[in-house]
Amino acid sequence: MERRCTGSEVKGVSTGTTILAAIYDGGVVIGSDSRASIGGEYVSSKTINKVIQVHDRIFCCMSGSLADAQAVTKAAKFQLSFHSVQMERPPLVIAAATIMKELCYKNKEDLQAGFITAGWDHRHGPQVYVVSLGGMLVSQPVTIGGSGSTYIYGYVDAKYKPNMSREECLQFATNALALAMGRDNVSGGVAHLAVISETGVEHVVVPGNKLPRFNHE
Amino acid sequence: MLGGAGPELVTEEVKTGTTIIAVEFNGGVVLGSDSRVSAGDAVVNRVMNKLSPLHDRIYCALSGSAADAQTMAEVVNHQLDVHSIEIGEDPLVCSAATLVKNISYKYKEELMAHLIVAGWDRKDGGQVFATLNGLLTRLPFAIGGSGSFYVYGFVDAEYRKGMSRDECQQFVLNTLSLAMTRDGSSGGVAFLVTIDQHSTEEKIILPKHLPKFFNQ
Repeated sequence: MERRCTGSEVKGVSTGTTILAAIYDGGVVIGSDSRASIGGEYVSSKTINKVIQVHDRIFCCMSGSLADAQAVTKAAKFQLSFHSVQMERPPLVIAAATIMKELCYKNKEDLQAGFITAGWDHRHGPQVYVVSLGGMLVSQPVTIGGSGSTYIYGYVDAKYKPNMSREECLQFATNALALAMGRDNVSGGVAHLAVISETGVEHVVVPGNKLPRFNHE
Repeated sequence: MLGGAGPELVTEEVKTGTTIIAVEFNGGVVLGSDSRVSAGDAVVNRVMNKLSPLHDRIYCALSGSAADAQTMAEVVNHQLDVHSIEIGEDPLVCSAATLVKNISYKYKEELMAHLIVAGWDRKDGGQVFATLNGLLTRLPFAIGGSGSFYVYGFVDAEYRKGMSRDECQQFVLNTLSLAMTRDGSSGGVAFLVTIDQHSTEEKIILPKHLPKFFNQ
């Protein structure tokens, strides 16, 4: 146990956020907190929505610098709608994720943002993709991101099961966000969730006072 | 040190590799730790027992700089022996915790160690004290070390008041297993110490016997 620099043990270069996405049997749940902060001292927005719709059945969650993330998602939304017009059918989730990845990778020097892309398409069903800071693209059944995610790695590892029902997955995501918001001072506010499946998209907003409570001394 | 180019990271605190946890149950306490000691990227000891006895029924869990933590534990062990001879009976857990806190607080600039003190005494039964940076507080359970950040959510969700001795042991093992999977500086075997009125039981749990979760 020698002295070692690990950097800021929680944040890396993320600025206050907790985001997650998880696949259930027939769809995917994607969610985030709603706090935007400056330097960890001032909450500049209590109700920002970090879950952005980039197409009918494809959503993105952003973490890191919100300015960079908003710029990237805007560009991706445009490119994706153009792509879908060319293909004459709804885009695949991996197409959306690849567009984000190309933007992140080509501009890695200038950008500081990471994304979770989740959605449903006709070819592969529900999918979750992670585009991390340098532009790596990885597909996972469940993933978490942002500064608050550090605190819930243990919870997500313990509680996620493949092929959960929609209600179980929604409860799992709400619990995970509530736990992270309880421990991370730069995550908070309300929980924004989107449930995406073949039949459509449902937005769920859980206000702070309705979030599950856990034993906090 | 973390090698390679990467984003500029703000260093607030130096954290060193460990996961430690102590939980109180009705009639005693359970302490748990991993066994990895790292110096930078190398693991210099993969079987270190970080649960150190302070007295027959009082243990402490070490985290932070190995040298600082071990020395603090040895000094308090000696002070407790003297104290218990003076009062003619077994020392209280809060006495042990206070002695640790005194050192932590007085030398807070020089030392980099956090000891969780837990044990059983005749007056208050099982107790867990945290002594981070010189504060002294009694808690139903305490976690510490670099690996603890990853399991804050899990322990918040899973801890219930009034768990039995076996449930506490399982809770500790689950927490250690999850933290050791995610924290690069925690790993190896799990050490478990269960203290109650009648005995102090030490156990080693090998990695193959640790609980496994979704992605393992």
